[in-house]
Amino acid sequence: MSTKKSLLKEAPLLEVKNLETAFDIDGIDYNAVDNVSFLVKPRQIVGVVGESGCGKSVMSLSIMQLLPKGIGKVKSGEIIFDGINLAKMSESQINKIRGKDVSMIFQEPMTSLNPVFTIGYQLQEVLFNHLKISKQEARQKAIALLKSVGISRPEKIVDEYPHQLSGGMRQRVMIAIAIACQPKLLIADEPTTALDVTVQAQILELLKEIQEVNDMSVILITHDLGVVAEMCDEVIVMYAGKIVERTDVDTLFHNPKHPYTTLLLGAIPKMEETEERLSSIQGIVPSLTNMPKAGCRFANRCPKAMPECFTVTPVLEDVEQGHEVACLLFETSKPREGVR
Amino acid sequence: MSTVSVHKNQEKTSSQSKNLLEIQNLKTYYPVKGGFFKRTVGNVKAVDNISFEIKRGETLGLVGESGCGKSTAGRTILRLLRPTEGSILFDGKDITRISGKSLREIRKDMQMVFQDPYASLNPMQMVGDIIAEPIYNFSKKSKAELKQEVMDLLNKVGLPEEAYYKYAHEFSGGQRQRIGIARSLALRPKLIIADEPVSALDVSVQSQVLNLLKDLQEEFDLTFLFIAHDLSVVKHMSDRIGVMYLGNMVEIADKNLIYAEPLHPYTQALISAIPSPDPRVKKERIILKGDVPSPINPPSGCPFHPRCPMAMEECSKTKPLLKEVKPSHRVACHLY
Repeated sequence: MSTKKSLLKEAPLLEVKNLETAFDIDGIDYNAVDNVSFLVKPRQIVGVVGESGCGKSVMSLSIMQLLPKGIGKVKSGEIIFDGINLAKMSESQINKIRGKDVSMIFQEPMTSLNPVFTIGYQLQEVLFNHLKISKQEARQKAIALLKSVGISRPEKIVDEYPHQLSGGMRQRVMIAIAIACQPKLLIADEPTTALDVTVQAQILELLKEIQEVNDMSVILITHDLGVVAEMCDEVIVMYAGKIVERTDVDTLFHNPKHPYTTLLLGAIPKMEETEERLSSIQGIVPSLTNMPKAGCRFANRCPKAMPECFTVTPVLEDVEQGHEVACLLFETSKPREGVR
Repeated sequence: MSTVSVHKNQEKTSSQSKNLLEIQNLKTYYPVKGGFFKRTVGNVKAVDNISFEIKRGETLGLVGESGCGKSTAGRTILRLLRPTEGSILFDGKDITRISGKSLREIRKDMQMVFQDPYASLNPMQMVGDIIAEPIYNFSKKSKAELKQEVMDLLNKVGLPEEAYYKYAHEFSGGQRQRIGIARSLALRPKLIIADEPVSALDVSVQSQVLNLLKDLQEEFDLTFLFIAHDLSVVKHMSDRIGVMYLGNMVEIADKNLIYAEPLHPYTQALISAIPSPDPRVKKERIILKGDVPSPINPPSGCPFHPRCPMAMEECSKTKPLLKEVKPSHRVACHLY
């Protein structure tokens, strides 16, 4: 808890303000990320949770400026990283930051490595792009990096191809590439979803260790609440492109406010308990093209929905010292305009 | 209802045993072909000598890392694969070597729910036809009867009747899994093998499907073999849990026993690796080194000994056998 206090004084490393990311479907823009604002402080691990289709990945791609060209774009808002607005940068400017100060690990270690290049080549590519080093040095550095992510026989692996490695090893290589230039911010998009629990434990341990040694901040995107409880300092719960709750990890698990968070927590089977039935959420996340126009986007699945939930859009508000919730049940400054 | 219960009582008193399924020393190897003449040069020992039984109405969970042979075991029991050795007793009948007509007959009583609800449904068929196909194959029913039965099934798994005329792509993952479950129920089987039925689903949808499976089990008196890699899901669903490692069953016990008191070092590591959804719980974690070895060349002795934190000299020499160390708690480890 004491570390949390000291974090408060520092300037944020990343500040996302009113981010709106839209996808063009048949000539109409649909917001996959709608008015999202949050902070990441130095050395903080921020978890982002939600069902699939909630905009978690789109949000991280927006920060990295990696949205599919011509289809997705950041419509408005600011992404201020270390004092610079990433949303306003040109491609060549962002290339200098991407992979160096901000980098990303993807979900599928099978598909995110190039099958026709050696592990060493793919590692050195990042080093050549951002640092002025010789071939010899780059190779030595690549081997050192592989060693630092816990790969045995790095001198051998550096000349091997991705298909020769197991899933856990490939994810370690991805982490090695991501941390090659010691970034200040690492975005990990479902880094352990494709892995077995025992390997997941290894990878999470590794990520934590690297985060401490390198003093990085991490945005950890996952749908596994167990991983969040284990890793994160702060948690953002997203639903249908909006943040519905944001608080520190302890409060989220012991005093969740938003009905969506409560249901999500009740839906996981727990090893310690022997309940017969799990709570479940009726229905599914609305697709981009049929988002409710007004009101709370969760209203039609919410067991606590009130009539005004369908007309008044809740705003993310601080309800309890840093515990932000977007739900009319907790809103203090009612009533509000029904327009978003 | 009364006739059903009478029938059940008869079953119990008659020659049939308590166990619906008994597996003994089952082995399934996949041959590795190589060389100029494509001769068999080795074997992938996917399932290497497992034995267990499932009682009527019980759910046995099977857990283990990917590549440990859980799915192969499930498929061999269904006789989708030919066992290399051992015996499978289903409902008192030896089905290890049967084929042709008698195998087809037995298929009615055992069905499977697959992992990937996107790949296991035919995209060109209407949902109604997908569910009707098993019934159509095994009984002579009129079209109207068939349709009525499919409607009932749709109802049972919580899908609207309109679903009959739709195609698989019009449904979400959870709904597709419901279709797969309806199809597996169509012939009123005795045993359902569910191979990772929820691993492709979101937590919120996962809980719906798990609840549904539990309800159906009660309603239709089903026996489940529940295969999954997620220990907490398996614990929620099962009465007993078997832990597999590299084709071997290393521990099998009542679910509460296995969680409260895991005996095998691998089970201990597996349970400690699960992230707890409570930040206040600080667990002592056993982190295993390295990866699962290749099943083509499994290590000598105990398959787990190269990664085992408690390995002794004996472990690399002799393979431990699954033996009962406590009432209804069997473990294959030299420590006990």
